[in-house]
Amino acid sequence: MHLILFIVFAGFCLAGAINLLLQSHPISSSLSLIVVMTSLAVLYLLLGAEFLAAAQVIVYAGAIMVLFTFVVMLLNAGREERTMGSGVARVVGFPAVVAGLAAVATVILQAQGLGTATLKDGITSTEELSTVLFTKLLLPFEVTSVLILIAILGAVALARHGDGERTAGK
Amino acid sequence: MNSLLAQEVPLSWYLLLSALLFALGVVGFLIKRNLITVFMSIELMLNAVNLSFVTFAHQWHAVKGQIFVFFVMMVAAAEAAVGLAIIIAVFRARATLAVDRIDLMKL
Repeated sequence: MHLILFIVFAGFCLAGAINLLLQSHPISSSLSLIVVMTSLAVLYLLLGAEFLAAAQVIVYAGAIMVLFTFVVMLLNAGREERTMGSGVARVVGFPAVVAGLAAVATVILQAQGLGTATLKDGITSTEELSTVLFTKLLLPFEVTSVLILIAILGAVALARHGDGERTAGK
Repeated sequence: MNSLLAQEVPLSWYLLLSALLFALGVVGFLIKRNLITVFMSIELMLNAVNLSFVTFAHQWHAVKGQIFVFFVMMVAAAEAAVGLAIIIAVFRARATLAVDRIDLMKL
């Protein structure tokens, strides 16, 4: 069961990621990224991360990708122009990516002591997670809320900037 | 039923999937010519790293690994909000999303 679920959803993940690269229209890319993120939520559940699976669907697939899709539609972004301005990326980038991936894969495949995952392993309950989060890691958690607040203010300030200039110009 | 539950998947497969997704994200970052799609490739890389975190948290039964993924998600949300606001501001100033034409910070 675990094996079947892993193969199916890992396949979805890779297919979505490859489709993201192949599509030339941003809206298709963002929809395939939603496929990747939702399949990753299933993989998190297989690894026993119950809370993260829910958060992945709600925060990533739900909030972040909806924001992306909204912006793509708002800006009416059309097809990507095929410019050939990435000569360096083609010559240096791809061999570097392939070499890096090969190195990482070799390290992973030769690693000793990596266990296996089964459905019997049980799940990390949200209670267990929140106990650590709200006792040992309370300060980072609160600092993150400040970060989110700054991000909201920054986003509003940036998005309003154009209007402010226009009224100031008049 | 019991045999179905007992099927094992090596954790190295999860790590390999994570490495592949990360590499695909890097390739997308390199070949994509649309600002929003380049940004989406960054999100793909963040997700790939999150999968590694969850896998290692499973391996060592460490709850902190999962909490770190939670923090990465929060930072990604903040980053997406600010990044997309910047993209909207750039689009207003330049009326294009092609990264080749947005190569100067100045107007």
